[in-house]
Amino acid sequence: MAHAAAVNRPPERGLDVYTQKVGMWVFLCSEVMFFAGLIGSYIVLRFGALENTWPEPAEVLAVNITAFNTFLLICSSVTMVKAFAAAQAHDDQGIKKWLLATTLIGAGFLGVQVYEYNELINHHFTPSNCVVVRNGVEETCSILYGSTFYTMTGFHGFHVLLGVICLGWATIRAYRGHWSGGNSRGIEILGLYWHFVDLVWIILFTIVYLI
Amino acid sequence: MATAIAEPTGRAVIEEAHPQSFLRKYLFSTDHKVIAAQFLFYTLFFLMIGGLLAVLMRQQIAWPTEPLTLGGILPETMVAKATDGAYMLPEFYNALVTMHGSVMVFLAIMPMLVGVWANFLIPLQLGAHDMAFPRLNMLSFWTMVPAGILTLASFFVVGGAAGAGWTLYAPLSARPDLTGVEMGQILWLIALVFVGLSSILGSVNYITTVINMRAPGMTWFRMPLTVWALFITAILGLLAMPVLSAAGIMLIFDQTIGTSFFIPSNAAGDALSGQPLLWQHLFWFFGHPEVYILILPAMGFTSEILAVGSRKPVFGYKAMVWALISIAFLGFIVWGHHMFQSGMNPALGLAFTVSTLFIAVPSAIKTFNWMGTMWRGNLQLHSAMLFAVGFVAMFAIGGLSGVFMASTPVDIYIHDTYFIVAHIHYVLFGGSLFALFGAIYFWFPKMFGRMMNETLGKIHFWLTLVLFNVVFFPMHGVGMAGMMRRIYDWTGYQHLEGIGATNQIITIAAVGLFASGFLFAFNFFWSIWKGEKAPDNPWGASTLEWSVPSPPKHGNWSEIPVVYHGPHEYSHPDVTDKDWLGQNERPDVVTPAAGSH
Amino acid sequence: MDWSLPPNFSTHGDVIDQLFWIILGLTGLAFVLVEGGIIWFLVRYRGTPSRRAHYTHGSNRLEVVWTVIPAVIIVVLGGYSAMVWDDIKNENKFPEDALEFTVIGKQFEWNVVYPGVDEVLGTSDDFEVRNQFHFPAGENVIVNLRSEDVIHSFFIPELRVKQDAVPGMDNIRIWFDSREPGQFEIACAELCGLGHYRMEASVTAHARADFDAWQASQVAENGGE
Ligand SMILES: [Cu+2]
Ligand SMILES: [Cu+2]
Repeated sequence: MAHAAAVNRPPERGLDVYTQKVGMWVFLCSEVMFFAGLIGSYIVLRFGALENTWPEPAEVLAVNITAFNTFLLICSSVTMVKAFAAAQAHDDQGIKKWLLATTLIGAGFLGVQVYEYNELINHHFTPSNCVVVRNGVEETCSILYGSTFYTMTGFHGFHVLLGVICLGWATIRAYRGHWSGGNSRGIEILGLYWHFVDLVWIILFTIVYLI
Repeated sequence: MATAIAEPTGRAVIEEAHPQSFLRKYLFSTDHKVIAAQFLFYTLFFLMIGGLLAVLMRQQIAWPTEPLTLGGILPETMVAKATDGAYMLPEFYNALVTMHGSVMVFLAIMPMLVGVWANFLIPLQLGAHDMAFPRLNMLSFWTMVPAGILTLASFFVVGGAAGAGWTLYAPLSARPDLTGVEMGQILWLIALVFVGLSSILGSVNYITTVINMRAPGMTWFRMPLTVWALFITAILGLLAMPVLSAAGIMLIFDQTIGTSFFIPSNAAGDALSGQPLLWQHLFWFFGHPEVYILILPAMGFTSEILAVGSRKPVFGYKAMVWALISIAFLGFIVWGHHMFQSGMNPALGLAFTVSTLFIAVPSAIKTFNWMGTMWRGNLQLHSAMLFAVGFVAMFAIGGLSGVFMASTPVDIYIHDTYFIVAHIHYVLFGGSLFALFGAIYFWFPKMFGRMMNETLGKIHFWLTLVLFNVVFFPMHGVGMAGMMRRIYDWTGYQHLEGIGATNQIITIAAVGLFASGFLFAFNFFWSIWKGEKAPDNPWGASTLEWSVPSPPKHGNWSEIPVVYHGPHEYSHPDVTDKDWLGQNERPDVVTPAAGSH
Repeated sequence: MDWSLPPNFSTHGDVIDQLFWIILGLTGLAFVLVEGGIIWFLVRYRGTPSRRAHYTHGSNRLEVVWTVIPAVIIVVLGGYSAMVWDDIKNENKFPEDALEFTVIGKQFEWNVVYPGVDEVLGTSDDFEVRNQFHFPAGENVIVNLRSEDVIHSFFIPELRVKQDAVPGMDNIRIWFDSREPGQFEIACAELCGLGHYRMEASVTAHARADFDAWQASQVAENGGE
């Protein structure tokens, strides 16, 4: 590597990916560890609990409603992909339409989650209280069930909320023409985040609601 | 996925042309050098606070049954006032123990290693105009500010500051009824979440910058070891801090909204109970990488300063890089060695012993390579070099004393004694802080454009070296005698009868050590205003930051430099006019391909 | 000044102390090597303007040497430590004939449950004494460690015993002995609150006959319920 006398050398090649995207990837690694901490604790606590104190999900949670919510979130990932494709294709109308759709569906997810929390709390299922009805009799269950449930889904919801805020902002910018002319990077990065949040939800839905 | 080449860098240069308001220039600046300086002032302040807490604590340990000197000025929440003076309360002692560790680790040493030097050095040493995300960088400083304010405030709320140790072991930390501390603990945990956020934002920035913003010719194995160390540290922070944040948030919930992640509901351990050991696993999963967050950058500074001070290339550059990487990797699989006596399954102890002992190997490699760097050098013993050599000498002791606790049977005895306190201070003070002082003496001219006073610097070094050893070496002995950590009064124990004099000597030296910090502070502030003007390259160093003016202007370079050589080229036989070879000069000189030998 | 390990009374303590001194020897040697080397280099290679440093980037052979030597020492030390650890901590190796006690830590005292004359815990002749742990010297002892509130750590320096008591965990057991009669203390080694520093209990290792006599006196005092 000597005698490199070239004068105008290009910058050292990094990952051949633009900086903002690398940044988002790196940030998502950190997010993975955050949710790994929460989910890992859930697993340890659940398997450390004595038999019959940890209720079956369906005994406490309305799985059907949440399944619908999961479907919503997956749809929003699809619309997010459409928004990015539109941005790349210089399709200004498409950008507006799909970003708006993604924002609204994301907000819809949050709405359903708020409704779900409200219902659960009305049935005395809170972070510090757990009640199941078995054969018409109310029984207490491990309060860790509520502790972990609200912490995990709550932090996911918080991430959705942040996403919806950013999406709303991106939508407003779309109506101002910010993303026209192939300026798709911002949408791509937001998309990465949004898909991540979606993926986390699929994992959470599986381990909290299904298993 | 769409691919694109790295972002063209030119924005910073354009910004430079605009005159900036005071607020934009010094307070809400996005210039990495200004942010580094902000971090430096911030962390020096908390270093002083941490030291003050330590001195107060030491006084109680040396004279447990006597009133505090000047105790009368402290409020009734901290001391009990009697006719013959003011006596420290156990709750205040516990707060001191807890907050000394917390402040030093999270508000002083970690942000000083990373916030200051990653910010200052990464763009300058890689030949970039600024960080990848300057505004995020500013945010990472400003998220530290509420952390500091909350921490200071926690001393004055009802119940005082957190008192469950910096390791926050649950359920003590989770149940105010058992400590008497409620608000203080919550404030500190919130501060911790802010620290985590700041650290993650910083890490994203550093990692992205290193990956994508290196100057042409700055290949991976031409990066200065400082940058390597800071890069690996950033990865550790990125992956470890969020786990602490998650755990900290769960602990806040345990205290505030009635969850019970870490609280067993009763002594019988019935089915509803949370798990205290879960806290320890989460904490140490973060905590051990944290230990390396606190030492790897110091190793980087040391390698670099030793090369400059010895006028020789770093001995075994590639071995140094691989040692850094393997220490970081091992750092994630050894957390259980803090928990040998915790009630964790003893069989797990076996696995953790083996992985832990293996960390000794890369540590030994580094130590021998540092010595190899000095070997047959032409040693320039300026203050920075003295501290770097001091680092090697002290870190070696800290590393060796670590072998005792890695050996599980010996750990049975020395766990939770002052032997551990001695060990951690040889690593964190003799290690990290020595290297930090070295780094400040070394890069001060680049940061502020003036030289620090060398005479005062040398006096500061010798005072620090001697007093540091008088404080911490005897702690090994006190630990061997069986003195437990974090005890407010040891006089009631028959096996501790003989340790009084040692503890008093330690305390007297600790006061001196604290005082010697003010000599440094005087030199530091005096030099900012009155120091001799610094040349561009006062030490004859070869890395890129020394090829720009001191201090570098906004945007660092008018034209991005091109790199032709490895980072530490000194005394090259073909370069006869001087004994160093800048990374961006003399493309005609042949230097070995990165690190081969 | 007292800078040494306190006198040892236990069988495990012999091996622990031996390992301690072995490690001290090894690390002491490394200490002399490193610190001596540094001082020698500082003197020998002190800079002068007339000299130029030796230009080298390192030596692969040396790298291998100082990787392999520490690694070998580490493997041997680790292997030996693991064996000793297993002998002390592995519950399958606990002696059958050991006398079992339960010690319950709580802020800030140690309550000892004695098995009584039948030497079996959980029977009606069990009795509890606060802050006093008596047991027969020269016999194996097993302690079931419990905590009622926070984590405490059961530490008897002269017997080289230390183990955390964790609330909610009812499976922590430790095995030790005192070969000779002696008077010791249980100290708490884990920060457990305001009274952490004074959470101590007296420990008495009696000759067997004395232990029986003490136990009888306790039973009499408690009305032998
Ligand atoms: Cu560790
Ligand atoms: Cu205690």
